[in-house]
Amino acid sequence: MTRYFTKDHEWIAVEGSEATVGISDYAQSQLGDITFVEVPGAGSEVSMGDSASVVDSVKAASDVYAPASGKVTVANAALEDQPELVNTDPEGEGWLWKMTLSDPAELDGLMDEASYQAFIAEL
Amino acid sequence: MALNCTGMIFVSNTYDNLGDNHADDDVEAGPAAPLTLPLDQWHRTRGGRMVDFAGYWMPVQFEGIIAEHLWSRENAGFFDVSHMGQLYVSGEGVEAALEAALPIDLSTLPLGGARYSLLLNDEGGILDDLMVTRWGTGFHLVVNGATKWDDIATLRERLPDEITLNHLEDSALFALQGPKAFEALEPLVTGEYPLSALTFMRGGQFKLGGVDAWISRSGYTGEDGFEISVPAENAAELADLICAEPQVKPIALGARDSLRLEAGLPLYGHDMTETVDPVSADLLFGINKRRRSEGGFPGADVILPLIASGAQTRRVGLAIEGRMAAREGAKVLSGDTEVGTVTSGGFSPSLERPIAMAYVATDFTAPGTSLSIDVRGRKLAASVVPMPFVPHRYHRKGAA
Repeated sequence: MTRYFTKDHEWIAVEGSEATVGISDYAQSQLGDITFVEVPGAGSEVSMGDSASVVDSVKAASDVYAPASGKVTVANAALEDQPELVNTDPEGEGWLWKMTLSDPAELDGLMDEASYQAFIAEL
Repeated sequence: MALNCTGMIFVSNTYDNLGDNHADDDVEAGPAAPLTLPLDQWHRTRGGRMVDFAGYWMPVQFEGIIAEHLWSRENAGFFDVSHMGQLYVSGEGVEAALEAALPIDLSTLPLGGARYSLLLNDEGGILDDLMVTRWGTGFHLVVNGATKWDDIATLRERLPDEITLNHLEDSALFALQGPKAFEALEPLVTGEYPLSALTFMRGGQFKLGGVDAWISRSGYTGEDGFEISVPAENAAELADLICAEPQVKPIALGARDSLRLEAGLPLYGHDMTETVDPVSADLLFGINKRRRSEGGFPGADVILPLIASGAQTRRVGLAIEGRMAAREGAKVLSGDTEVGTVTSGGFSPSLERPIAMAYVATDFTAPGTSLSIDVRGRKLAASVVPMPFVPHRYHRKGAA
């Protein structure tokens, strides 16, 4: 499994053409207490860069952009009752949705973990 | 996701509007760098996440907004509000002069008494809301940080030359709020009379840790608590002194906003502006009874007829179904008809549900009225509820 990051602070973990998407630890730390997460429905098509989900914190609502294109297979139902999982375990239990990639070549433009850490160190 | 380039989402989404009035003055110079306040380093040392608020670096959160919010409701929260403007108005004939400038009745305000008032323009719009306290031979005014420069200009224009208007820039302002605020502060304070002599909206001169402090029993959270004016040069040592008490934690602006929203207290620049009148804003208590009958204050020609006829819209509280919050600017609907706009909203940590304030057409303001709010194309079910959302727990005179 390989995990990639976007400049907009989403991560996507890929195994073959199946992928899991979430937001980075840096993103959740900037957002603060998360109170609600709107996730895309299973079966919906998402396009790279489009707003696919919304994360509500105490102070603001923020769009989550799809890091790659494809079809959503399942959304994280646990977030309905425990949106705070995105704070406590953003790159694990706090995942947002799983999807089947339609164009794995899109991943070539994303950062790996080390590049992303270097990227946020500059912010 | 939509973090902006600096990652300061609070600035981009919520807190910058307040600064607009003042920032507009400096358009040609570009945005000025935020100024620092007496506790700047104190906040940074304690891990405060600093943002530009009303032109100053201020902390938006320490350990987290929800934890800070709940701590303030259960214990005591220490807030630095030194960005607010502290003014002192004095001189021969100060009462009449201030009554000509504000819709306040000073004849019923005793020494040490504090009262909420409104700075109105001639069209009846709200330029600011403020606290007025009879302090010594004059009056102490606390005004909003983002509006203080304009307020000073407006007041100076309205007050006669023989009246002195001092901007107390060498004073810091703290608030200590919560059910344990009294027990935390009491051992630190000495004075002519005990701290327990203060009831809600009463203040007096004390020594706090040996330093002169003006303390009033008031605040912006709905809880019992105190507002404390101290010399800026002693601000850090006194903040340390208060926060060394086990009941006290430092609390930042994020929780201050969610606390005041639950308490139903409007925020200037959001829930009231210079294009909103006090009748619509449901702030008639800021225009004292005698002044309502006598008039003679700025905006009276517009406001007095409006009191008689009633306003077209009114500020109300909305309780929202589900967990998705409605924010400032969201449209309020009855069926498919637009009937109002949200002016502030967010997740209530105490109630664990979203709440909002909105201006709604008066036909739809009865408690229990079912409405909906359009949030990014989704219609959230909401109903009109009385404010405060969370009951006030002020220490009123005569109460046990």
